[in-house]
Amino acid sequence: MRIDCDIHPAVPNAAVLFPHMADHWREMSVVRGIEDLLSINYPDNTPLTTRADWRPAKGRAATTAALVAQQCLDPFGTDIAICNCLYGIQTLYSDDLAAAYASALNDWVRAEFLDRDPRLRASIVISLENIEFAVAEIERCATDRRFVQILVLAGTARPLGRRNFWPIYEAAVTHGLPLGIHAGSELRNPPTALGWPSYYLEDYVANAQAFQVQLTSLFTEGVFNKFPTLKIVMLESGWTWLPALLWRMTKYWYGLRMEIPWADRSPTEVVRDQFRFSLQPVDGPADPDQMRRLFDHLGSDDLLLFSTDYPHAQFDGTEVFTAGFDQPLRDKISGANPLATYTRLGAAP
Amino acid sequence: MIEKLTGIADCDIHPAVKSMADLEPWLSKQWIEHFRSYGALRNQHYASGAGYHKSQPNASRRDAYPPDGGPQGSSLDFMRTQHLDANGIGFGILNPLVSSQGVRNLDHSAALCRAINHWQVEEWVANEPRLRASIVVPYEDSEASAAEIRHWAGNPFFAQVLLLSRTSFPTGNKRYWPIYEAAAENGLPVGIHAFGNSGWPVSSAGWPSFYMDEMVGHAQTSQSGLVSLVVEGVFERWPTLKLVLIESGFTWAPSLIWRLDRDWKILKSEVPHLKLSPSEYIRRNVWWTSQPLDEPDNKRFIGDIFGWLGWDRLLFSSDYPHWDFDDPSRVIMFPATDDQRRQFFIGNANAVYGAR
Repeated sequence: MRIDCDIHPAVPNAAVLFPHMADHWREMSVVRGIEDLLSINYPDNTPLTTRADWRPAKGRAATTAALVAQQCLDPFGTDIAICNCLYGIQTLYSDDLAAAYASALNDWVRAEFLDRDPRLRASIVISLENIEFAVAEIERCATDRRFVQILVLAGTARPLGRRNFWPIYEAAVTHGLPLGIHAGSELRNPPTALGWPSYYLEDYVANAQAFQVQLTSLFTEGVFNKFPTLKIVMLESGWTWLPALLWRMTKYWYGLRMEIPWADRSPTEVVRDQFRFSLQPVDGPADPDQMRRLFDHLGSDDLLLFSTDYPHAQFDGTEVFTAGFDQPLRDKISGANPLATYTRLGAAP
Repeated sequence: MIEKLTGIADCDIHPAVKSMADLEPWLSKQWIEHFRSYGALRNQHYASGAGYHKSQPNASRRDAYPPDGGPQGSSLDFMRTQHLDANGIGFGILNPLVSSQGVRNLDHSAALCRAINHWQVEEWVANEPRLRASIVVPYEDSEASAAEIRHWAGNPFFAQVLLLSRTSFPTGNKRYWPIYEAAAENGLPVGIHAFGNSGWPVSSAGWPSFYMDEMVGHAQTSQSGLVSLVVEGVFERWPTLKLVLIESGFTWAPSLIWRLDRDWKILKSEVPHLKLSPSEYIRRNVWWTSQPLDEPDNKRFIGDIFGWLGWDRLLFSSDYPHWDFDDPSRVIMFPATDDQRRQFFIGNANAVYGAR
């Protein structure tokens, strides 16, 4: 069993979404000249955004179900893959426009991917500008069991633990949907706490810092006391930073829990129960023994979920695992861990 | 095994002023009046104190109030008794966190930094041969900072240049290069201590609710600062520059280095000015102080990180008198050789600061 928990079908341009919009929004988009919402999270032509052998002669990679099947599902022997569409709808400022684009995007993914390949599943993309609208979009899509997760970006306007976001977590739990947090930013804040860096390399590396912040906030605010069955999946987050973050959180949980008296479980325990991480990118050591030692630091083999991050360029060829992942661990990451995380994958949609 | 080391180097000690009036001997009448009327405006909301309330007064140990009064860290005599003598400290670096760096009025910032540097020399280092000062610079004004460095560089009482981690632009940004140039030219290490007010939220996901988030978050902020210094090419430009990350954590470094090397390989074409891999620059130019020491259940994991970064890269620091102080006898709680202990507690500080 192989479940790929992070692939990225791409929207070729805004116009493909227009058929999925109400007349007003379609007309506004045309009148105002909205041609594309591609964000700088993944500029089209960087060597990271698309692996060279997956880059088409013209236009974006991964824009059709046929291409996804041919380049990703078949070569990796994938039984099920979860589509996390990264079109920049989270950057829209208007509550209404953002909601219209989120709905159109989810319907486009359903029509162009889910309806065309039975191996595909998708995340419900939402904008966090208006929480009521976000919850309504979750409710609207959740009736289709091929939507298996809610998707937000790691760089948010406010940290995700903040209480104003909790209605989303309520909806997630009600519908058996994990909250997926993916690399990228709404860019309401700069990519780093020190402002805007000069290079894309820094923007991309900075995703790891944003994920660390979100994990900390979700813990300190008490999200898991309120929602003990909520699952958080960090996608394209890297995960080798996790042990060091937990050790640091543990230190300050010991020292400062008077400030957050509801935090009755250690950060490590909370993460083992409620957080999961997609495999790629593997920001780890080349030495297999050092990698095995890193697994000791992680302390659990339940945490990782297989992912190729297709069509991003995280590795060459079809060898998704690096040295140090022994076979039983590879199997668990590929099948049992995703199945345990995404309860909707277990039954027929 | 060594039972008790003496002559330990403590690379992060915080002297405090009793009040800002302590600095007046070195401030002009105009700046004294200015401070009394307007304070020192920073990129944050409170007129004094920190945006996130600390866990105890002045973020300091409750047992560190000097018997003669004043805030924790404000008495040299009591610092000697409670810390230097009691913990076998033979060499200590002062990092004053007195409102000065990051003050929005750049001329005021420069005047306060100059006064703090005088205060360190005359009130502390001249009276205690174990201590060395840090050149506090108004880092948002690079030219004034470079001038401050050159002003003190010949004075053996100073061991390093001090910046705070939350710069208003990523720390390697070209606007800060005159600081690195002046430091490198004078063989002075640059120490970057956690805290400061960048003017941006303390995280790239906005303002969190708790002091705990802020404390954990210094690790992420320092990661971004280090990434910027490497990627902008500061260590390519000044290959002998020594950078010490202070109170920022260090266990995050191996993962960050793996990530940075990996992404650099993919995105190399964007940064042709980097002639070495990020890990090579970091291995050559960067050190970390040990406090606050993380707390995994299995202390040997910390030992792994010492090994992965290199025992030559870590410097002991206590953070005296702050509340999350690390006692030198409680830091190496995992197997280590006597040589490794000497390196960590004494040798590495000599290598970084000893040339001066």
